[in-house]
Amino acid sequence: MVKFTARNLNIWFGQIHALKNVNIEVEANEILSVIGPSNSGKTSFLRMLNRLNDLNPGFKMNGELEFDKEEIRKIDVEILRKRVGMVFALPLPLPLSILENVAYGVRMHGEKDRNRISEIVERSLKQAYLWDEVKDRLNVSAFKLSGGQQQRLCIARTLAVEPEVILFDEPCSGLDPISTAKVEEAMLKLKKDYTIVLVTNNVKQAARVGDRTAFFLSGELVELDRTEKIFTAPSDTRTDGYIRGKFG
Amino acid sequence: MRNTKGVQKIAFFFLFLATLLIVVPVGLIVVIIIQKGLPAINWQFLSDIPRQGMRAGGIFPAIIGTFYLVLGAIIFALPIGLLAAIYLSEYAKDNVLNRIIKLAIVNLSGVPSVVYGLFGLALFVVFLKFGASILSGSLTLGIMILPIIITTSREALESVPQSFREVSLSLGASKWQTIRHIVLPNAIPGILTGTILGLGRAAGETAPILFTVAAFYLPQLPKSIFDQAMALPYHLYVISTQVPNVDEKIRYGTALVLLSLVLFMNLVAIIIRYNFRKKKKW
Amino acid sequence: MRKVKEFFIEKLILICGLASIFFVILIFLFLAREGLAVFKFVNPSNFLFGKNWYPISEPAQLGILPLIFGSLLVTLGAAIISIPIGVACAVYIAEIAPLKIKEILKAGIELLAAIPSVVLGFIGMVTLVPWVKTVFHLPTGLTALSGAIILAFMAMPTIVSIAEDALYSVPKSYKEGAFALGATHWQTIYRVLLPAASSGIVAAVMLGIGRVIGETMAVMMITGNAAVIPQSILVPVRTLTATIAAEMGEAVVGSEHYFALFAIGIVLFIISFIINVTADLFLHKRH
Repeated sequence: MVKFTARNLNIWFGQIHALKNVNIEVEANEILSVIGPSNSGKTSFLRMLNRLNDLNPGFKMNGELEFDKEEIRKIDVEILRKRVGMVFALPLPLPLSILENVAYGVRMHGEKDRNRISEIVERSLKQAYLWDEVKDRLNVSAFKLSGGQQQRLCIARTLAVEPEVILFDEPCSGLDPISTAKVEEAMLKLKKDYTIVLVTNNVKQAARVGDRTAFFLSGELVELDRTEKIFTAPSDTRTDGYIRGKFG
Repeated sequence: MRNTKGVQKIAFFFLFLATLLIVVPVGLIVVIIIQKGLPAINWQFLSDIPRQGMRAGGIFPAIIGTFYLVLGAIIFALPIGLLAAIYLSEYAKDNVLNRIIKLAIVNLSGVPSVVYGLFGLALFVVFLKFGASILSGSLTLGIMILPIIITTSREALESVPQSFREVSLSLGASKWQTIRHIVLPNAIPGILTGTILGLGRAAGETAPILFTVAAFYLPQLPKSIFDQAMALPYHLYVISTQVPNVDEKIRYGTALVLLSLVLFMNLVAIIIRYNFRKKKKW
Repeated sequence: MRKVKEFFIEKLILICGLASIFFVILIFLFLAREGLAVFKFVNPSNFLFGKNWYPISEPAQLGILPLIFGSLLVTLGAAIISIPIGVACAVYIAEIAPLKIKEILKAGIELLAAIPSVVLGFIGMVTLVPWVKTVFHLPTGLTALSGAIILAFMAMPTIVSIAEDALYSVPKSYKEGAFALGATHWQTIYRVLLPAASSGIVAAVMLGIGRVIGETMAVMMITGNAAVIPQSILVPVRTLTATIAAEMGEAVVGSEHYFALFAIGIVLFIISFIINVTADLFLHKRH
């Protein structure tokens, strides 16, 4: 089943043409890794999927982008973002307690029942492998957690609103190898129930977790294929060069 | 080389001298007022009405009048100013309208206080027929402190990191929910600082209340917002220039009460700002 | 339901956003409504350039030239005192003072800004005025000079804080570049920092002057309030602002005196408008 379909998608920020004629499909229950050098358009692509680019002044788009066969601009933006969650590059806890961070999205969608909320919080923290570390101090400020814990908290927060898709925007760029391993482990488990799009600067990470991998360069989608194929026998020399360069 | 060092020494000495020329008199002013005003301060002075043509008794009605005026001004200016700040920080796009609004704010903050007095007289006292009253005076002061509240609140709102907004929106919260639950709570110390500075300004101003509310001498307390009232700054003006043979102690005492009130508010604002900067989590 | 509520909240926010524009226009309209009526009694050039201000004589003479001169003289005096001292103090705070002293000095400047003008007027009356009288052997110490000195103090916080901001926001690399060429700290300040911050400093000076022209209470209490064209800085003068403050209480609503005082208000409004808009242009030139 196809979750997202982009046809001839072009976007601009002011004068900058950030995505050029991108055609891509994201399938349900896969992890799609998106790689490319900085300013390749990979994050701009990711932020199209939950319309976060709308916040940038001077943003324009044309072409088609469908989510579950429905044009993305026709979906109520708040509902779209509830269905398509996002985990950001740096751990970004809100200035609230651990519990309130996880409960935030749920509350905003109108849930008032305390028991129901604490159930959701517990379930989400467990899914993000954080529950055991924080269950005794749920009312402590989220800023008291370590970087890796904060990032898993952000994953739990995203899971709490029960999205169908989770967008990861370089989620491990600020983390040490052990924390990175934990986040990757969480992603692989989540794949069963969610569709995951992972933008990463770390080519090895893309290779480790991605079912398929897309390579962006200068706003264009250069190549999209099964991850093994991309990393063993890419059909485009630019992909090959990027991967080799990265592998050193 | 020796010479340039010498020049630098002399230059820095003069810069230091200039700084002293500002700071020392400020210190002196405060010290003189405290020293000469303190003997006048006692419970009777603070709680009694003025007696013997303001040459004896206390300044209670003036304190109460100033309290009402400042309260009225803030009730009017805080909601409008805060919402205006939210508009500028969260909704305004970088366009001509935004530029005009900013110019208008700059302008409002530059309008001489006595011109606010004229405006209050023409609009509230005469045109809307509120008469010289607490209502007219409060509204006039409220409009006068609006730019202070807008500017400081806007700075406070804009200092909340953009990433918090993105996180909140990415979870499907609406724009208003994001403002209400994330942006506003984190901007409160800054908004409070601006509000208190506005209060201090309103408490100390005389010219805007001259023709809109201030009573020369009113031995009873105001009963409604349509009554005139005495006010501390105007009372100080009156006993310093309009009434002969007032004991100097009473004048200094009144000046001390007014100065303490205004400086206390500024101190509170500074403390809030300081604590907030220290505790800031991002 | 939530959507409807938010729709109304956002409309309210927009309305309040426009409130500043609304109030500026409202102020101008009401000043104009009351003030322009004076030109039924006196033509604009006689109003602006008339040498006699006798508003309650019969017939009233409504020339505000003496008041304009009074304001100009006091403002000029205050500017001469406050600009060099204020800018020097800003340089000292921004560049030379050690961090701790810097905080104390800034607090002192904020303190000065917070003192109500009527308190400064009072202090000026009881300390400065007798001093001016004795030093210059004058019949009265209530002079333009006394006013200028007090007003210089009131302009100082504005000048210092905005000029300091301007100096502070000069990129560090400018300074480092000058140091790298072997310039002393002082050479760096006056050859590099001051020119680089010049438009901000100009804005600081203009806003300081704006504050001075609009100041009312202190001026009214210590300049002596004589509505004649001053021949020296050691005589009493009457400013535009003080005239309004002192006379509006006695002017009958709807009389030509009342209209004339509003017309002075228009003059002040326009002056402050021009000063603030120009200063704002200078402030934004930096960015």
